[in-house]
Amino acid sequence: MATPNPAKGASTRRGFLGRLWLWLGGLAVLEGLWITGSILKPRSNRSAADDDAVVVAGPVDRFDPGTVTAFPAGRFYLSRLDNGGFLALSRSCTHLGCTVPWVEDEGRFVCPCHASSFDCRGEVLSPPATRALDLHPVRIENGVVKVDTSTTITRQAFAPSQVVRS
Amino acid sequence: MADQDHEERERGLMRRVWRSVFPGPVIPATDRERRWVVVNTLLLHLRPAQVPVRTIPFTHTFGLGGMSLVLVLLLFATGMLMMFVYEPSPDAAYASVAGLQDDVLFGGLIRGIHHFSANFLVVVVLMHLLRVYLTGGYHGPRRFNWVIGLALLFGILVGNFTGYLLPWDQLSYWAITISTAMLAYVPWIGEGLQQLARGGPEITDATLIGFFTIHTTVVPAVLIVLMAWHFWRVRKARGVVVPKDAGEVIDGKPETVLFVPHLLTREVALACLLTAVVVVTSMLVSAPLGAEANPGMSPNPAKAPWYFLGFQELLLHFHPVVAVVVIPLAAALFAALLPYLGYREGIDGVWMMSATGRRSGLLAIGFAAVATPALVIADELGSGSPGSATGLTGLMPAVVVAVVVGVVVIALRKVTGAPREELLQAVVLLLFVVLVVLTVIGIWFRGEGMALVWPWEAT
Repeated sequence: MATPNPAKGASTRRGFLGRLWLWLGGLAVLEGLWITGSILKPRSNRSAADDDAVVVAGPVDRFDPGTVTAFPAGRFYLSRLDNGGFLALSRSCTHLGCTVPWVEDEGRFVCPCHASSFDCRGEVLSPPATRALDLHPVRIENGVVKVDTSTTITRQAFAPSQVVRS
Repeated sequence: MADQDHEERERGLMRRVWRSVFPGPVIPATDRERRWVVVNTLLLHLRPAQVPVRTIPFTHTFGLGGMSLVLVLLLFATGMLMMFVYEPSPDAAYASVAGLQDDVLFGGLIRGIHHFSANFLVVVVLMHLLRVYLTGGYHGPRRFNWVIGLALLFGILVGNFTGYLLPWDQLSYWAITISTAMLAYVPWIGEGLQQLARGGPEITDATLIGFFTIHTTVVPAVLIVLMAWHFWRVRKARGVVVPKDAGEVIDGKPETVLFVPHLLTREVALACLLTAVVVVTSMLVSAPLGAEANPGMSPNPAKAPWYFLGFQELLLHFHPVVAVVVIPLAAALFAALLPYLGYREGIDGVWMMSATGRRSGLLAIGFAAVATPALVIADELGSGSPGSATGLTGLMPAVVVAVVVGVVVIALRKVTGAPREELLQAVVLLLFVVLVVLTVIGIWFRGEGMALVWPWEAT
């Protein structure tokens, strides 16, 4: 049975319905992608509202100037500079994310993975790392140092404005 | 037909059941029966009844495609068994794997077979790719199957990579840490990509459950579909490429032999041999399982899984964006477009295209095998540290390498007089050997702090 072949582009009921199905199909695909995306989307498991996100490091005078103190549970180091200011340095190497230990004898952080090293301000001393260690915001309330580990500040290099003083 | 039914009725119940399952001969005795079996058996009918006689010898294909299939089947079988024991959560994963090793009868062997099949598979598929390339099996109707093959390679790498995290030991935890950290170097979307891969900013239970699901569901499903497509495409191209000499023209249909027994026997024999090799290896060497993952302590050195060490090595010498983004993407695009670059007629099936192709190809391989280690050593001596100073100076090293490759191509044309497509082949082989050499350096010649060491000095 030969149905009359409508000219291309001519709007017929059949053509319209066909296109409608195509659009509906496309819509269904988009919906599927949306659902997949929302399932795959990272859910942050630490937020500022969490009790353990803000680490109470201790009173200011517990930390001598020129020392670095590790906080393994908070995954950061609290560095008190010679001038008395504080920096909370993330322990993840900015090269490929290894955990950098503080080497007391050398007075610097040395990454075991690829030998990048950083000074007590987090500044790069030797590559392959190209960026200074990330920071967490430090607050000093009533002479007590608090570090908010839910926020990570990335930076290219050290700047005096990053230091928090009491 | 009526006679047969009558005959069946005569013979009793068991006979009728048997006939319904196996309507024909199970072990064929004549050529007619052999042909019948191939056409009428579910598994065998994926193969043709007759195959070109020149594709039969082992040294044409080395059975690499079939070996890949055997390894994938071993992986499916052992993987399914291990899923009954494994618990995908950071608190329980390590203990469940250790329990599989220690408390389950043959648990260690099962895990070993899975481990070695996975690692052999990467090597075997790469050799399969190389074989297809060298025999010119990517022209004409086989062009798109080359691309499907690359997708399969990608799927296999994803499978290996996601499986690497599952034991949750120090080795796997830090390897995945570094590999996913590489994603952060992608401009603009790097941070997002990294969080997507990890299911969050750090490697946590979200990462593990994600990797587990990809490893045990997504990858197998994708592999099954892609493998079916790959094999079907081989059938549609009338089997593997028929080997021939340069300039030889094969008129009409090539001479064929029966699939059963000529090819099937060889394939089954090879499958048995390979399985035996995997099982014996797993009996002699146990799959590595280090200490439980400790996010507070990175091992020294920390390395990516071995098949990514070529890229980790690049990261020591190039700017991160070049090493992590530009080179891998350019390589993938180049590989996918390879069949479409325009070749002269009649080079399919000719080993390395021609005599000049062979000569220029071998020269390129030799050059890469010597120049790559030399450049790595020069970079290390020049900068005084494994994390090379050139990493900071931007795109210079990449430009230098591009110039070197250009000079090699011009020199090869002068020396061998090879035409365009053979020079292209020389470049492909050169890059392949560079990747292999970098991977070898990354596996065996990088020690503490990623400094260059001899393999016997590395820990």
